[in-house]
Amino acid sequence: MTAMARPATARRPPSGAAVGMAVQVPERASEPGWLKAARQRAATWVDAHGFPTTKHEDWRYTKLDAVLAVPLAAPPEGAAEDGQASLSSGDLPAPHLGGSRVVVVNGWIVPELSAIGVALPGGVRVESLASALQADDGRLEQSWARHVGGYPHALRALNDAAVCDAVVIDLPPGAVVEDPIEVVFVSLPASEASWWHPRLVVVAGAGSSATLVETYLSVPGGPSVTNAVTQVHLGAGAQLAHYVLQGERRDSLHFSSLEARLGPASRLSSRLLATGGRIGRHEVDVVLAGEGADVELDGLFLVGAGQHHDNPVLVDHAAPGCTSRQLYKGVVSGDGHGVFNGHLVVRPGADGTDAAQVNKNLLLSEQAEVDTRPRLEINADDVACSHGAAVGQLDPDALFYLRARGVPEREARVVLVSGFAHEILERFGSGAIRQRAEELATAAGLIVLDEDGHPGGIATCAATGSRRGGLSQ
Amino acid sequence: MLLIDDLHVSIGDSEILSGVSLEVPDGEIHAVMGPNGSGKSTLAHVLAGRDPYEVTAGRVLYEGVDLLAMVPEERAAAGVFLGFQHPVEIPGVPTMYFLRTALNAQRRARGQEELGPVEFLALVDAKRRLVEMERALLDRAVNDGFSGGERKRNEILQMLILEPRLAVLDETDSGLDIDALRVVAAGVTTLRSPDRSALVITHHQRLLDHLVPDRVHVLAGGRIVRSGGPDLAAELEAHGYATLGGPAVESLTVSTGTVSTGTAR
Ligand SMILES: Nc1ncnc2c1ncn2[C@@H]1O[C@H](COP(=O)(O)OP(=O)(O)OP(=O)(O)O)[C@@H](O)[C@H]1O
Ligand SMILES: [Mg+2]
Repeated sequence: MTAMARPATARRPPSGAAVGMAVQVPERASEPGWLKAARQRAATWVDAHGFPTTKHEDWRYTKLDAVLAVPLAAPPEGAAEDGQASLSSGDLPAPHLGGSRVVVVNGWIVPELSAIGVALPGGVRVESLASALQADDGRLEQSWARHVGGYPHALRALNDAAVCDAVVIDLPPGAVVEDPIEVVFVSLPASEASWWHPRLVVVAGAGSSATLVETYLSVPGGPSVTNAVTQVHLGAGAQLAHYVLQGERRDSLHFSSLEARLGPASRLSSRLLATGGRIGRHEVDVVLAGEGADVELDGLFLVGAGQHHDNPVLVDHAAPGCTSRQLYKGVVSGDGHGVFNGHLVVRPGADGTDAAQVNKNLLLSEQAEVDTRPRLEINADDVACSHGAAVGQLDPDALFYLRARGVPEREARVVLVSGFAHEILERFGSGAIRQRAEELATAAGLIVLDEDGHPGGIATCAATGSRRGGLSQ
Repeated sequence: MLLIDDLHVSIGDSEILSGVSLEVPDGEIHAVMGPNGSGKSTLAHVLAGRDPYEVTAGRVLYEGVDLLAMVPEERAAAGVFLGFQHPVEIPGVPTMYFLRTALNAQRRARGQEELGPVEFLALVDAKRRLVEMERALLDRAVNDGFSGGERKRNEILQMLILEPRLAVLDETDSGLDIDALRVVAAGVTTLRSPDRSALVITHHQRLLDHLVPDRVHVLAGGRIVRSGGPDLAAELEAHGYATLGGPAVESLTVSTGTVSTGTAR
């Protein structure tokens, strides 16, 4: 157990200089007044605070220069239509997970590609922002109001200001959705703008349970910036199994934030497989707000040449008797750079906290780099907190063992990397979600980069089933 | 099958093998015994192609070709198998997957068809029964949390599945209970045939009681200091290495010049 006498502050807003970039707020007459005001408030915040720089604690390793070079403009209504004609359901990830599927192209839900309302029990709603606003009882307003006191950084504010559409999932108390609900975010190159601000809002009533899968893809074209926010609100005893498969092309820039608030005795498991983008930043902010809540966070980031992945994970124990488990693994090759920035906060009064944080990394080349920064702030008594971090290379004894059994060196490396990744991948279950995860990990190709960073063939190690081309790259 | 001729091996500045010469003809089982630290595992590792051992002189011919010129996976595909004294753990890699990857890699290298999952499963089931291993163990990661005896059984299982022409077994009998010892001996005996050979490194006569080697060699001070028939093992068991050829082992290691290799009887 490690304790540090530091005030229990979460991310503080950056004091970075304002960037000369005007945030365009979409003007929609149909939107309620509170939303217009919230958008404006968020835009003003961005103008006033600017974008974070590497001087900011949580952005030390991630430079936004490349991101800010992409023209910042809100995609107009119908932006998705340009390219979506070129998309067919055959381009979407397979196999189908069996439940409802919502396809979001450049920030807009595309009903033609979606299968909304499949396998949903009565009372469960999966809908667009416009539709959710019509029936809203104030919960969406809350969703925009959460950062009234100040945003953690400009990208979150930007999502509030410029979001076009949202996928809103509402589980009434006691609802049990057996089949996974899938949301596929596709980034298509479009002429007008290349920033997308997808948003997913999940409100799970007391005692409800569901599985949610987010998939991020892109198709060839110019660079695009995805700036996604997923908000999860779990009522008492609610359970959500959440999976993220992030596999955009290497010219994409990906930022996402999972903001979760857990009520009493609720349970969230969130599993990330991140392979895509030139930059991939996967923020997780979990507040354990109700007594006895439980969160499990797992991440596997596969970072190859020219890629940079950053995983800022904040777990905030704000109530007594909560449990948190984090296991993040990174595999970095070529001149790739991986970051794990795990921040654990135990608030005064959060007695009986049980928290564990582990980050393990495998470096496959001389130039590969990993920064791992566990931070613990413990301000309560009677807590059990453990953390560990490791950075290593492939075990030469294991490599020789495989070779002595006839496995060629390159393939032996793949086997060992797969073994390292296995601990996370097996947490994707044994069904279709697992199969998707294995295919994404395989398609990343990274795990066969050799010592010199040369991409190699993966055929001999590919899991069962065919690999898809097209979108999943 | 195997001809080792005046093999000198060093690690860094220290010479560990100082002129080992040994011949294992087709169809024979030879035992290598010798005190701790005498270089038995070094010899086994060099035959399998392990870094960072440096061969400074001598040669090794396997079926007439230069074994030392081959990378480890080529040696394996050519039929050389090393049973490890300390089998390695590979977390996250299921044993079944490991076995299939190994077998199919060797088959590919030899230009044979790969085995499909069904045929492979049948093969493993047949072989694992011979070594009395539960299927559940094979679903676990390679040697991960295996007991010492389970690891050694796993080595023998791998040998039975890969069917090498030359098996080099480094203390596969150490740390085994009586039943496991019988299993290991039976495994080696199963493979015994006119065109297969084995080099069995051991500290104990009890394995040799089961196997009955054609020759027993004693490695001490980096050389073979004595070779003989199966009776030599019994003699060593009774008197230890100290009586070998007169001088004590300690003096053998410092005055190897007084001992001629391969002639002592
Ligand atoms: N990687 C290494 N680096 C330095 N010295 C080594 C290395 N490997 C082996 N040695 C040394 O070489 C000598 C021979 O070791 P080896 O393992 O071959 O002995 P052995 O005959 O197999 O012993 P045992 O009966 O205990 O298994 C020992 O003195 C050992 O310390
Ligand atoms: Mg040894």
